[in-house]
Amino acid sequence: MASHSVSTSNVNLWGGGVEPMKASYGKLMMWFFLMSDTFTFSALLITYGLIRFSHPAYAGPMDHAVFSQEYWPLPDMVFNGIPFLHGVHLPLVFVGIMTFILIMSSVTMVLAVEAGHRMDRNDVQKWMLWTILGGIAFLGCQAWEWTHLIMGSDAGQMVDGKIFHGANLVRNEYGPPAFADLFFFITGFHGTHVLSGVVLNIIIFYNTVIGVYDRTGHYEMVEKVGLYWHFVDLVWVFVFTFFYLI
Amino acid sequence: MSSHDHQSATPVAQKPDTKAIWITFWILLGVTAVEFLIAFTSDSKPFRLITFILLTFVKAYFIVANFMHLRHEVKALIWSVVLPIAFIVWLVAALIYEGGSILGSH
Repeated sequence: MASHSVSTSNVNLWGGGVEPMKASYGKLMMWFFLMSDTFTFSALLITYGLIRFSHPAYAGPMDHAVFSQEYWPLPDMVFNGIPFLHGVHLPLVFVGIMTFILIMSSVTMVLAVEAGHRMDRNDVQKWMLWTILGGIAFLGCQAWEWTHLIMGSDAGQMVDGKIFHGANLVRNEYGPPAFADLFFFITGFHGTHVLSGVVLNIIIFYNTVIGVYDRTGHYEMVEKVGLYWHFVDLVWVFVFTFFYLI
Repeated sequence: MSSHDHQSATPVAQKPDTKAIWITFWILLGVTAVEFLIAFTSDSKPFRLITFILLTFVKAYFIVANFMHLRHEVKALIWSVVLPIAFIVWLVAALIYEGGSILGSH
């Protein structure tokens, strides 16, 4: 292993200014924070996997699937709505749009970081603004997605002797109670990360506009918040796979 | 700041160099499109499961390596991120695989 690759033998290590692993303090700490966040999301993923695979999966024909409390629902059947098209069966289209928005805002974030390397304040402002817009658009989509799941379908499902529409933490029309619980908890936890990412991005944008980073002489803050933003995008990639595709 | 001086921080180089970023974007978009294609065309459960998880890791690689610049960091930093994650992935896989026994399913 290359753990001793940073040779600092002729430098006074205690005098300050030495960067372990050639990364600044802030960037290293952001990496370590993201590692700990990875552990948290992994714990959620384990919980999801354990509970989901302890329920029987739907085994009948795909095109006539109905909801039941007996088995885990097919994601295509649950997440099939998009705004303004009530009652139209469009599986996974809306979540595809959400995924595209988040990947796109990740791209504009890298472009902001790249502009920061060039000390180009106008470009950083422009790309940070697009990133913030992407984040807000994603949160809006998620609010709609939650509302759609909570309100439920027109048909509903017989639960405990009466027709029940939508979902709450106790019961839902799509499948076992744990299905909605895990959905709300995990996408909610991810959405909270997006929300704090948007807040951080707004702070960075504000600092860029008032010229803080031109005065400090570098745009590393954009890089650090960029790391966090990409991590949020990364987590969504996993949420997308495990909640919507599998 | 010294960590990225070598890239383009010299005041002379003012032209945006974004080709690699957009290539990564198209790869991510392409992989997601393939995932959608499989979601709508394939009914084989094991095939879907394995392909989706593999493609997720492909996407994760491109995001971490290119967007988060991990590819351009020193080896020690790369390993201090990748190694713990590798163990975590193993833990997740093992616990989910054992899940049936723990919660007594089927």
